[in-house]
Amino acid sequence: MSLRSTPVTDHSGIEAGQNLGTWQTLKRGVQLSPELRKGIWVTVALAMLSTLGRVLIPFVVQRTTDEGILATGGPDLAVVLRYVLLALVGVAITAFSSYLVNIRLFTASENGLSSLRIRAFRHIHDLSMLTQNTERRGSLVSRVTSDVDTISMFVQFGGLMLMINIAQLTLATVLMIIYSPLLALVVWVCYIPLFVVIRQFQGIVGRAYTTVRERVGDMLGGISEAVVGAATIRAYGVEDRTAARIDEAIDQHRRAAIGAQARAVVAFTSGQLVSGLTTAVVIVVGTLLAVRGDLTLGELLAFLFLVNLFTTPVQQATEILNEMQNAVAGWRRVIGIIDTHADVADPGDDGVDLPRGPITVDFDDVRYAYPGGDRVLHDVSLRIEPRSRVAIVGETGSGKSTFAKLLTRLMDPSDGVVRLDGTDLREIRFRSLRSRVVLVPQEGFLFDDSLLANITFGAPDATPDEVLLTLTELGLDGWLSTLPNGLATDVGQRGESMSAGERQLVALARAYLADPDLLVLDEATSAVDPSTEVRIQRALDSLTRGRTSIAIAHRLSTAQAADEVIVVDKGRIVERGHHTELVGRGGVYSGLHASWVSQQRG
Amino acid sequence: MSTLVPHPSAATLRRGFGVIGQGIREQPRWFTVSVIGSTIYGIMTGGTAYVIGKVTNETVAPAIAARSVTSGQLWHAALLLAAVVVLNVIGIVVRRVAAGVAVFNLGAIFRRRVTRQYLQLPLSWHHRHPSGQLLSNANADVEATWNVFNPLPMAIGVVVMLVFAAVQMFLVDVFLAVIGLTVFPALFLVNIAFQRVMSPKVTRAQQLRAEVSEVAHESFEAALIVKSLGREDQEAERFRAVTHELRDANIEVGRTRGVFDPAIEAIPTLGTLAVLAVGVWRVSTGHLTAGEVVQIAYLFSILAFPVRALGWVLAEMPRAVVGWDRVDAVLRATGSMEHGSAALPRAGASELRADDVSYSYEVADSGEGDGLPGRHRAVSAVTLDVPAGGTTALVGPTGSGKSTLTNLMMRLVDPDTGAVLVDDVDLRSVRRGGISEVAALVAQQTFMFDDTVRGNIALGAERTDEEVWQALRVAQGDGFVAHLASGIHTRVGERGASLSGGQRQRIALARAVIREPQLLILDDATSAVDPSVEQAILGALRESAAGTTVLVVAYRMATIALADDIIYLEEGRVVDHGTHAELLGRCVGYQRLVTAYAREAAERAAVAADEEPPRPAEPTDPRELRLREEERAEAALTRADDENVAVES
Repeated sequence: MSLRSTPVTDHSGIEAGQNLGTWQTLKRGVQLSPELRKGIWVTVALAMLSTLGRVLIPFVVQRTTDEGILATGGPDLAVVLRYVLLALVGVAITAFSSYLVNIRLFTASENGLSSLRIRAFRHIHDLSMLTQNTERRGSLVSRVTSDVDTISMFVQFGGLMLMINIAQLTLATVLMIIYSPLLALVVWVCYIPLFVVIRQFQGIVGRAYTTVRERVGDMLGGISEAVVGAATIRAYGVEDRTAARIDEAIDQHRRAAIGAQARAVVAFTSGQLVSGLTTAVVIVVGTLLAVRGDLTLGELLAFLFLVNLFTTPVQQATEILNEMQNAVAGWRRVIGIIDTHADVADPGDDGVDLPRGPITVDFDDVRYAYPGGDRVLHDVSLRIEPRSRVAIVGETGSGKSTFAKLLTRLMDPSDGVVRLDGTDLREIRFRSLRSRVVLVPQEGFLFDDSLLANITFGAPDATPDEVLLTLTELGLDGWLSTLPNGLATDVGQRGESMSAGERQLVALARAYLADPDLLVLDEATSAVDPSTEVRIQRALDSLTRGRTSIAIAHRLSTAQAADEVIVVDKGRIVERGHHTELVGRGGVYSGLHASWVSQQRG
Repeated sequence: MSTLVPHPSAATLRRGFGVIGQGIREQPRWFTVSVIGSTIYGIMTGGTAYVIGKVTNETVAPAIAARSVTSGQLWHAALLLAAVVVLNVIGIVVRRVAAGVAVFNLGAIFRRRVTRQYLQLPLSWHHRHPSGQLLSNANADVEATWNVFNPLPMAIGVVVMLVFAAVQMFLVDVFLAVIGLTVFPALFLVNIAFQRVMSPKVTRAQQLRAEVSEVAHESFEAALIVKSLGREDQEAERFRAVTHELRDANIEVGRTRGVFDPAIEAIPTLGTLAVLAVGVWRVSTGHLTAGEVVQIAYLFSILAFPVRALGWVLAEMPRAVVGWDRVDAVLRATGSMEHGSAALPRAGASELRADDVSYSYEVADSGEGDGLPGRHRAVSAVTLDVPAGGTTALVGPTGSGKSTLTNLMMRLVDPDTGAVLVDDVDLRSVRRGGISEVAALVAQQTFMFDDTVRGNIALGAERTDEEVWQALRVAQGDGFVAHLASGIHTRVGERGASLSGGQRQRIALARAVIREPQLLILDDATSAVDPSVEQAILGALRESAAGTTVLVVAYRMATIALADDIIYLEEGRVVDHGTHAELLGRCVGYQRLVTAYAREAAERAAVAADEEPPRPAEPTDPRELRLREEERAEAALTRADDENVAVES
């Protein structure tokens, strides 16, 4: 049983970035984090220098053995000491340069990747609401966290290793060739099959770890049900069923992880095996060569050390290549985000700032269809006068929420224009637009913080007194006094310490304090009790006289209070006018109202 | 939540060994297999140096000196070396695979235990623990606890290897052995120093990584609010601040690594050089052969890397201890709901009673600034009686404790004082699962499993498709479900993400209806559906719910009107109790609440009947305006009351 769900994707989704090859991905990645490239050649040179020391040891061993220990006329202590001192200098240089490499690499990569994180984070907020909704929030989070972490792992560990290893391989090969080209060839011939095998393993191991990551996702999904669905699980006594689902997911993950680990181990040890066997071959061939007089004993022994220098890079190659694959995949996902076109974009410098004040809204032949879906609004034209209070009503699915989203530019119309004070919404800078037009959605997210911090989210400079005044104006002072710590009350994660109705009150106060010229309420008081709702409505009523407010609601009390009611049915405006005119007209509104009144009567 | 990781002090080490002991007890076989593999590896690694030295001395050197070699000699040398290499590789495979099996088995075992606790512990416990923390207890903390088992077998193998190497060195030469006994302990000590300096820095980076993740998570969840209030810049700033902190912490980690790594690498090299210098002197005095010097030098280069495994174990220890503390806290959490053995009667509709019930939530801070947890009373001394077969409405303003009361009625939480009784049986004495067989709650906030529509309704019970469709019909959900791609077999996605709020509510209703409960509790369960749909649902429920007692939390008059009996709550207390007409006549709070819309409508009508009131161009003093509003409201209220009385009489 899989707990995974198939994600909904369509053309408004996030770029997978899969069309980018490995090389292109790395290139684009470095382009996005130019800090990575800064001074990279100095780092490479230092890495080369630090590798020298490692190669120095076999060289010194060979010289010591040949010229010192086996010197004609007995061991020569002076020669040995000279070489040892030379090696000491080498060790010191190695240590110092690898210290510099570490620091340079960490500084460059952390700087580069933190700006990549920040850029991706910002871009996710710049993406349109529809694009954001095509991805699970958790998956968006991983693009700025674990995906970037895999890149930094690679750059700081794998990347360094890669540099050192290439240098080590090259230097070792050069030395080997100097000692004995034939023996060097033998070593390479032994290692070539390994390179082929490793490439094979790389694919196998890579796929195995992809499965593991998927299983981790399933497992977390299953576990989170036990946490988030705690109340439902208890109310329906389905603890055992949930436990069985979680156990299944945990076990799937366990099996995938063990399988992947086993494959990785086999891949890793194949390197160990080859290098060990190569040592045996070198001893055999080397002895034959030495017997023929082509090689000294010291040179042969140095060769054995050099083979050992070969092993580590080749062994690590598998893991580095894996890491690189992970890093490229992570990079691809981050690049995918950054390269996703923000289809509802801030005009920025090309845009205009509108002055604050009473606001006029115009819809000109607006049509809207969700990506890949049917049209939900047809040829809508209307004008909303400044300082008016408008209610938009209609059945579920009539398209009334689409109005709110077009009006606040969460979406752009498929056809036609929405204008604010005569200016196309698409030409207004976001900073100006968002300060003038604010939407209060049905489910307003609360931050895990105090009530005060949540209400001042849209107006961080507001003082507690101003917040208290706002709550008083909205008639919510009575409610505030029932809270245990007043404004300091912690609302809990996602506001879970509050009821749905209370969360709506906070969201409303938050929007209200932000002081927009146009307030758009999309079912913003649906979970609030009637007398509080009426109280809020009165407050908005009296205080929004200077501004325009548009309320979308299925509670028709809102419509009765409005200057104008717009009735939407099947994506079209079917009626407009004041409540008192519409109610007797016998149209859609009369029907809605009759049903509403019957609910209000006992 | 404290995320401070202690230094690898003596106490930490002792406790770390305790955690390791616990793990070994849980997975003795795989651990043993892994240690055997590691021992083979340890012996064979040392053996490689020994064999190379032996082959050099006994075969290669004489052959070169004699300028002749037989193929038999060569085969002997090659096969000896190959055997050691193959055994070594087998040892590594066994060690690592078995260690992996042990680690992941341990992870699975403890994840299962932790999630069992989540399912078992009472809801009040869940309320006290943020869901993010619980998720990380079951995932990251379990992982942190058992990760130490990855390097542990290797470290044990390294100890074997070191013993083996020490014996080899002493056999060859005491002077060289002394160098070895200086170099390897020195390496070990530097490793310990490294872990000591490093681990707090790594921990800090880890913490900041979690913070970056939290900020991103919250910010993306709030994406719509951020957008609609135009707070992108501020959110980016918040993220930038914590990301930069993480960057600086990571650079600090790199700096430490930059200091220690070269040192750790240089020590065995220095050892090798010392071996060469001293070795040459010993050769010159005739105590050693060239091959023996090379053998020891080779041994040093082979041991340099594995010795680090000891450091890795030490590095994992503090993490393991901290992880274990968190996991253990969940496993040791008590206060799990005690269940009795009583069964609730299964004879038609149930009677529900609450007897002097009170309940308080814990709040993080009492607000006195003393940092002590305070309590916030949500339900105070509530006594009520819901007669069998009747429909009772629970009415009260936002935040008056209605939802808490419904949770008490389902025994999702236990009252601090008083008792909830169904058919005179105290819910605390009912056996596990006994309440949900009889009663069903449809909560204000619906929860969907990542399963099919059918799975979400039947919840694993044996139900035919027809029964599922029937339940959906009652909940007015058959229409939209029929239009889904695979009907009732459509997967709803994580938390039902592919459905609208109203659709989720209807599936949640069907989930309750299909169980034909004797007691049905609806907590504002139709808030996201249209009034007409709600009417249809309530109508269908009335038809199908003949043998059911219904307790409904509602604001809408039509819903309230279906009730035989109404309980009116304010600030967690029952203010009044009676029929709609009775309450309307005597309870001001109730009257204000349920007639709010009617009064409002009446007021609007009255205002409309008067002359168009003058509109102030701009709001002047808001307080003054509000006063004026209230006066007008009062006036209208009097009129509205008259109207209502007329309707009632």
